[in-house]
Amino acid sequence: MHRIALHKAMALGIATAAGLTLAACGSSGKPSNPLSGGGGSKSVVIGSANFPESQLLATIYQQALQAKGIKVTTKLNIGAREVYYPLIKKGTITILPEYNGALLTTSVSPSSTAASTAQVDAALKAGLPSTLEILNPSTAQDADSVTVTAAFAKKYHLKSIPDLKPIAKNMVFGGPPEFRTRADGLIGLKKNYGLVFKNFKPTDTSSTITFTDLMNGSVQAADVFTTTPQIITDHFVVLADPKNNFAAQNVIPLVYKPGVNAKIIGILNAVSAALSQTALLQMDSALVVQHASYSQVASGFLSATGLG
Amino acid sequence: MSFFNFAWQWLIAVGHWSGPEGIPSRLLEHVEYTALAMVISAAVALPAGVAIGHTGRGGFAVVSLANIWRSLPTLGLLILAFVLTSGASWAWVVPLVVLAVPPILVTAYEGVLGVDPDLKDSATGMGMTPLQVLFKVEIPVALPLILLGLRTATIQVVSTATIAAYISLGGLGRYIIDGLATNNYGEVAGGAALVVLLALVVQFAFSGLARLVVPAGLRNQARQS
Amino acid sequence: MSWASQNASLLAHLTGQNAYLALLPVLFGLVISLPLGIVCVRFGWLYPPVLGLTSVLYALPALALFVALIAYTGLTDTTVIIPLTVYAVSVIFPSVVDGLRSVPEPVRQAAVAMGFGTWRRLATVELPIAAPVVIAGLRIASVSSISLVSVGQLIGIGGLGYLFIDGEQRSFTTEIVWGIVLIVVLALVTDLVLVLARRLLTPWQRGAAPTRATARRAVLSGQPGRGGVPAA
Repeated sequence: MHRIALHKAMALGIATAAGLTLAACGSSGKPSNPLSGGGGSKSVVIGSANFPESQLLATIYQQALQAKGIKVTTKLNIGAREVYYPLIKKGTITILPEYNGALLTTSVSPSSTAASTAQVDAALKAGLPSTLEILNPSTAQDADSVTVTAAFAKKYHLKSIPDLKPIAKNMVFGGPPEFRTRADGLIGLKKNYGLVFKNFKPTDTSSTITFTDLMNGSVQAADVFTTTPQIITDHFVVLADPKNNFAAQNVIPLVYKPGVNAKIIGILNAVSAALSQTALLQMDSALVVQHASYSQVASGFLSATGLG
Repeated sequence: MSFFNFAWQWLIAVGHWSGPEGIPSRLLEHVEYTALAMVISAAVALPAGVAIGHTGRGGFAVVSLANIWRSLPTLGLLILAFVLTSGASWAWVVPLVVLAVPPILVTAYEGVLGVDPDLKDSATGMGMTPLQVLFKVEIPVALPLILLGLRTATIQVVSTATIAAYISLGGLGRYIIDGLATNNYGEVAGGAALVVLLALVVQFAFSGLARLVVPAGLRNQARQS
Repeated sequence: MSWASQNASLLAHLTGQNAYLALLPVLFGLVISLPLGIVCVRFGWLYPPVLGLTSVLYALPALALFVALIAYTGLTDTTVIIPLTVYAVSVIFPSVVDGLRSVPEPVRQAAVAMGFGTWRRLATVELPIAAPVVIAGLRIASVSSISLVSVGQLIGIGGLGYLFIDGEQRSFTTEIVWGIVLIVVLALVTDLVLVLARRLLTPWQRGAAPTRATARRAVLSGQPGRGGVPAA
């Protein structure tokens, strides 16, 4: 190494250190939530929540759009709705696969009592900011639920959520961490059914930890998403929800209006029209039971329905 | 700077200091997990390391262990442990122990192996039995390194216990995981600040302990080694 | 395993991402540690306080540092790169100092006697002799960096950690195991590459470095009197 090279190396080192320090100290003083940082985006960005079905739907949208020549990028597994909703409001994300009822009660209008698909969609259209728009809902739904094991249901004669009232205080309820604070989560269960559980155990988004805990008794009831294949394979019982604590949760594209055009909307609506409940259940099973890859399952669906 | 603002605002909220999800409760949980994992790890690794260093056999295994240990991903081990034990309530202990044993084992081994043979000779010459040499000479001389290994392991365990919140464990990691899930950066920042403080307390507690327990002459030797 | 071969491109992509996110900080760490170490050898009184600072930073748990950075760099790669750079410096910087101090005094004096100026001596005599020790530090920094990247998955940052989360969410144990295996393999390969680099750079040193010292260094680097590991 020559003298000059050494000097250059040192200068680079000092510059790097200074740069890193500046990066660390920069962009402070903003009162906004750091978890939702980031500016707008020029291209079509498809986001997804941090669970497999959401990632699958985003992949379907991606492949459907790409098949018609539209350039997209994806930003998958962002986090829970609380994290990604601010991003689409801002335009950092352009398209999100959503569930109308959950979107309504989590982020748009927590106090809403809308229950049916039509009611929920109407409430959403009224409540969404002007930059956002929901497209056509599909008939496929994936809702939160209160679910127990078959043995537990049999032992306590459980068919619907109100049946839990006498035993709730001895039960541990499991679900994703956000269930604790969401309007249709523990709060809604208390408000609508008077349920107060002994304890809430944060598990995951209706995945391995949730089922394992249900099976081994660490939790006695859990929030299991209704298209989860384990409901069938592990013989869980989804309790009926007569008071509609969980509103209809149809799969529906949520878009950032300035980022999409009529062609994109048309493609997404065609996907929604083709997405039946059966198809969704089959795809989830392929992902979770057969462990097929997201892109395989997505392209299988699109070719079967002539969209990809 | 905004991280400190968020953390401070969250930490000074009175409501966060009471109840089963309050700071004292979670802090206690975290300390309990750490203590349990450390007791198990030390019980396994200290005798083993001292024995291997004393006899000088098995050193190659110790070396290979040290090299692989650093590459083990904590999150992967935690999730795997959960899955393989079908969600046992003690599943989290296994990765914590797996990650804490190597530093203790290697430093105990190194420390005992590195004792000056002349010291051992003099001790034997003074009439000490091999066991007496071990306990009165080798282990005390190895103490600085052993304490260093224990410090490393404890901080590793504090850290891994934080990540274990992902598999439903309580403790300070809950604030980070739950805060991320509910977009509550105040909770995330508060939790992170508490974890950092705990790690610093451990760091300085061990340094203080070393000063108390290790004789001055050996301390100077450790600094130069 | 058929799953792995069917998803080879995903695995390759994640491995590449993981390597980038882990090794860029190591490179930054080296670039920072070299001048820092040289200065601390020249002005010996600086070493204890700087070492004290880096060893304290080294003790800070990775997840806490990652989420703390979110406030400044959002949910981006930089959020993971900065803390990993700090850890890398904590490991490499003492190695630079130790390496430079390991230059035998007669050798340094011979260089002085031959008329080598400070920079030339540093560049052509001291740093090459220090290289094995510095590379030992690079090895440790690289291995632990590769492993720590996976913690970043908890804030959605890419790398092989994706296999853990996706495996957990789809009840797919094979995927989780592959994640662990690939991280360990990537770490060991990187370690091997650095060992080869050392052999190339220091042809006058034949035979393996003392293995006990390697073990001790593997466990106890980054701290005064050496004790520490970046807490994952």
